[in-house]
Amino acid sequence: MLKGQIALVTGASRGIGAAIALELAKQGATVIGTATTESGAAQISQALADVGGLGLALDVNDAAQIQAVLKSIADQFGDVSILVNNAGITRDTLLMRMKDADWDAVISTNLTSVYRMSQAVLRPMMKARTGRIINISSVVGHMGNAGQANYAAAKAGMAGFSRSLAAEVGSRGITVNCIAPGFIDTDMTRELPDNVREELLKRVPVNRFGDVADIAAAVVFLSSPSAGYITGETLHINGGMYMA
Amino acid sequence: MSDIEQRVKKIVSEQLGANEADVKNESSFVDDLGADSLDTVELVMALEEEFDCEIPDEEAEKITTVQQAIDYVNSNLK
Repeated sequence: MLKGQIALVTGASRGIGAAIALELAKQGATVIGTATTESGAAQISQALADVGGLGLALDVNDAAQIQAVLKSIADQFGDVSILVNNAGITRDTLLMRMKDADWDAVISTNLTSVYRMSQAVLRPMMKARTGRIINISSVVGHMGNAGQANYAAAKAGMAGFSRSLAAEVGSRGITVNCIAPGFIDTDMTRELPDNVREELLKRVPVNRFGDVADIAAAVVFLSSPSAGYITGETLHINGGMYMA
Repeated sequence: MSDIEQRVKKIVSEQLGANEADVKNESSFVDDLGADSLDTVELVMALEEEFDCEIPDEEAEKITTVQQAIDYVNSNLK
């Protein structure tokens, strides 16, 4: 379905990003996954070896590194036609206790990176008259969550960014959307104590945590030619926990 | 036709998908060649690439015709 496409997925060494990278590759795209460390990049290369893809080290906070990575992708494979902004961090704490560094790190890695990455891939997409930008946000950006003011602000910011960019580049065949996962079974949510997990589950009508494959499937759909009329939208995938 | 004039017209016709014959010195990008705001941004970026320069936003705003683009390149590049 995605043969000939070049997909770039940030934060692809584990969790949701790893599943997205693998699924895009299985659908025929050439996938470049990024991680902050060389060992993470090597892990991605290994995971994608059989399906067509590569891991690269990239700090999404570093504009020069972004340019360098995109150049090496263009030289080796061609211009990126699908960008999945998935890299993200948390620095959870109640606002009363939040430090500037907690705020800045989360806004920079989760939101400013989306601006940087999108800007960097836009020119070739405009020339090609087609492209897909998919931002992985979070249900928390819409519901709010105590202890995550920084994270929620960044994730909600993605939605406004996506709607604005969608308006700018729609005429060039480029769509910009968000996917907002609910509670997905990953390393991050496995760290939660059992009683917290049980409480969370009570709020999910579908009565299970989401699987990374639930998110990856939606990324494949939004990347596909069939989704060309969907833009500026947020797709909520949360088992009914939050119905927008 | 000077070399710069030729290069500018080639870029304009490529970017705006217009026939080179229709790209005249007095042509306005928006009124005559049907450019939208995004086209004009792309055009300026293409000029920057071709002539290896950076055109500041306040200058770019003033470039609305083929002749103005030629003049800008002529007076700002060695």
